[in-house]
Amino acid sequence: MTETALPLYDDSHDALRARARQFVDTEIVPHVGDWERSGEIPRALFAKAGDAGLLGLKFSPQWGGGGPDYVAAAVWLDEVARPGFGSAGGALSSHSELAALYIDTEGTDEQKERYLKPSIAGSLVGALAITEPGAGSDVSTVSTRAHRSNGGWRLTGEKIFITNGASCDFVIVVARTADDPHRGLSLFVVDADMPGFTRTRLSMLGFRATHTGQLVFDDVVLGEESLLGTMGEGFYALMRRLAWERIYMSICAVSAAEQSLRTAISYLGGSARVADRQASRHRLADLVMRVAQARAIVEQALRCYVGARAAGEELDKASRRLVAQAKLYTQRVALDVADEAMQVHGVAGYTATQPVERYWRDARLGPIGGGTDEIMREIIAGSL
Amino acid sequence: MAWSAEPFSPAHDELRATVRRYVEAELQPYAAEWESAEWFPNEVFERMGELGFLGLTVPEAHGGQGADYWATVVLYEELMRAGSAGLASAVASHTDIATPPILRLGTDAQIEQYLSPAVEGKRVACFAFTEPDAGPDLADVNTWAKRDGSDWLITGVKTFVTNGVRADCCTLAARTAEPSGDERAGGISIFLVDTASPGVKVERQAGKVGMCAVDTADLVLTDVRVPEEALLGGEGNGLELARELRGERLIASVQAVALAQRQLDLAMDYAAQRRVFGQAVADFQVQRHRFAELSTRIEACRRLVYDCCDSWNLGTASELDIAQCKLASAGMANWVVDEALQVYGGYGYSKEFEVERAWRDMRLLRVSGGSDESQREIIGQALGL
Repeated sequence: MTETALPLYDDSHDALRARARQFVDTEIVPHVGDWERSGEIPRALFAKAGDAGLLGLKFSPQWGGGGPDYVAAAVWLDEVARPGFGSAGGALSSHSELAALYIDTEGTDEQKERYLKPSIAGSLVGALAITEPGAGSDVSTVSTRAHRSNGGWRLTGEKIFITNGASCDFVIVVARTADDPHRGLSLFVVDADMPGFTRTRLSMLGFRATHTGQLVFDDVVLGEESLLGTMGEGFYALMRRLAWERIYMSICAVSAAEQSLRTAISYLGGSARVADRQASRHRLADLVMRVAQARAIVEQALRCYVGARAAGEELDKASRRLVAQAKLYTQRVALDVADEAMQVHGVAGYTATQPVERYWRDARLGPIGGGTDEIMREIIAGSL
Repeated sequence: MAWSAEPFSPAHDELRATVRRYVEAELQPYAAEWESAEWFPNEVFERMGELGFLGLTVPEAHGGQGADYWATVVLYEELMRAGSAGLASAVASHTDIATPPILRLGTDAQIEQYLSPAVEGKRVACFAFTEPDAGPDLADVNTWAKRDGSDWLITGVKTFVTNGVRADCCTLAARTAEPSGDERAGGISIFLVDTASPGVKVERQAGKVGMCAVDTADLVLTDVRVPEEALLGGEGNGLELARELRGERLIASVQAVALAQRQLDLAMDYAAQRRVFGQAVADFQVQRHRFAELSTRIEACRRLVYDCCDSWNLGTASELDIAQCKLASAGMANWVVDEALQVYGGYGYSKEFEVERAWRDMRLLRVSGGSDESQREIIGQALGL
């Protein structure tokens, strides 16, 4: 008998959601304005989230996690994105959903002890570095090089637009160990204090309190223990994991969109400008419909993802298409809703006295980061 | 070719070349710094005054160039290449909204005192119409000017005043009499207020998401004393300012088209040199088609705006013409710049290129200087609905 689609959330997820919402309402919401203005999220937030058991939901109790439960992780990120402060979700998710995830799936027990356990506790912060000034969508053109040297490697190259990159304790670097475009990439774990590793913080349109970094590796000496996973398998490891990034980005986008909607509806309700109301109401009605579809498609993508995991399978073509569709659909919806929320607020929304300009700037990353809209269309078209 | 279908004469083309040289040498290199500092130096006004850019349509008798509206179009198309839409809007507020009423309605003394120094760039002008509860409709103005002997005492709050911090003089709409009967906007008068007057408090509007280089401010006026001579034109002729509100929308439309074109040009340059998957970004069909679509939408909007500029030049531009220009160009520029940003990938989200600044800057056009909604109302009414 074919298994029908399971309900996505069970009682444990509902309980987690309540707990996560409480955490976010206490530890994040009261500080959003200040953190956005100062461009700083305190490092302590990671440890607090770790203490609350919120960073290890996908990981085994062996390492201090509460999982593995990918749906739980999705619930947690849904709640983190709810206040419409992209920087918190950006910083926390790049750490737990990217950096820590690769240690978990590719690492040795020693590496998990050294990096995963403290990541789950929130005492170490990690980042994942793929993108370079000359290599974005085309990962096979990554040119950061790890030259064999003295039983280890020497790492030279540059990475850019790395979330958490400017302040993380460790970074997983995709580097070239051989010339073959796809088979020549490997993953390395680099500690922030390694000689030859320098970084600068980049100023971006949104995600202003996230420490986005430009990383420079100048002959950084790496030992055997720095190799993560199998040499030459880096590209394939990325291909396996990118679907999760797209799913959780989609969850965050829908959550942010729902916040933009709430804000717009609430502001419009108090508006004295009767002449504007019907048109705005109708535009919001259209957006409510699109947001509902956005939530539905990402939850279906999540269903496929956890179903395949449970069966020990890779995602099939239909599922890969769905993940790309979810990412493509949700990011633009979030941007359009944020834009409408700006519009509803009129000129008052153009300043930081209102949160909508932040929703709007943060939302603009969605169609670019984690796989551009254009790449999503390539994936979708390629699967038709 | 001995003829041109463009509205610009050789004199306009000469002006364009002069402004372009100035922008490239004296504005472009500093735009990023000024945007970051949220201020550009007053010397910019002085220098532009020196170069004759601040009085293009002012008669030569008053120190201007005596040129037509197309000269204004040329100036602002070129200023949009500076990389700071905020700076351009600050200059436009000075030349096209705050000072024209002085030329049109002012006495010789007022022109001498307020217009001439503005044309020279020695004094900066601002205009103050909008209030917390008075948006596009002048009739809602609730700043009051009450007679006190031969003077007036002005009390009220004006918001989102461009050049509000640096301006020496403010062209201000205040009510001098209750509205009577059907004429809600009757009873509004225009005053020229020295911003250094006691009782004028300037509060800079912090945290704008775009147009960062321009000093937008609230002006809080408490019993500000102005002499009889500060009244511009007769009492109760505030509706004259409706012309400036229309002029504001038209020049904003010109700027929007020019900025959209600039960002398309820069995005195409980027796409031609950036390589991905073994070819230039520009060589992908979707990008070619994207650029084709952007250029088409810009062109259609440009021609609509130019038609309206022609009418404006002849004094025949209607409320409907202007509203369509504003609505169309604001929407088009927002969409074009958003598409252009996408071409840059991750770099579009960073401050390395100016496209993200243009994206933030253009957003203001849909909520201010005649919001999309207010323009739709005007168009709807003009359609007899």
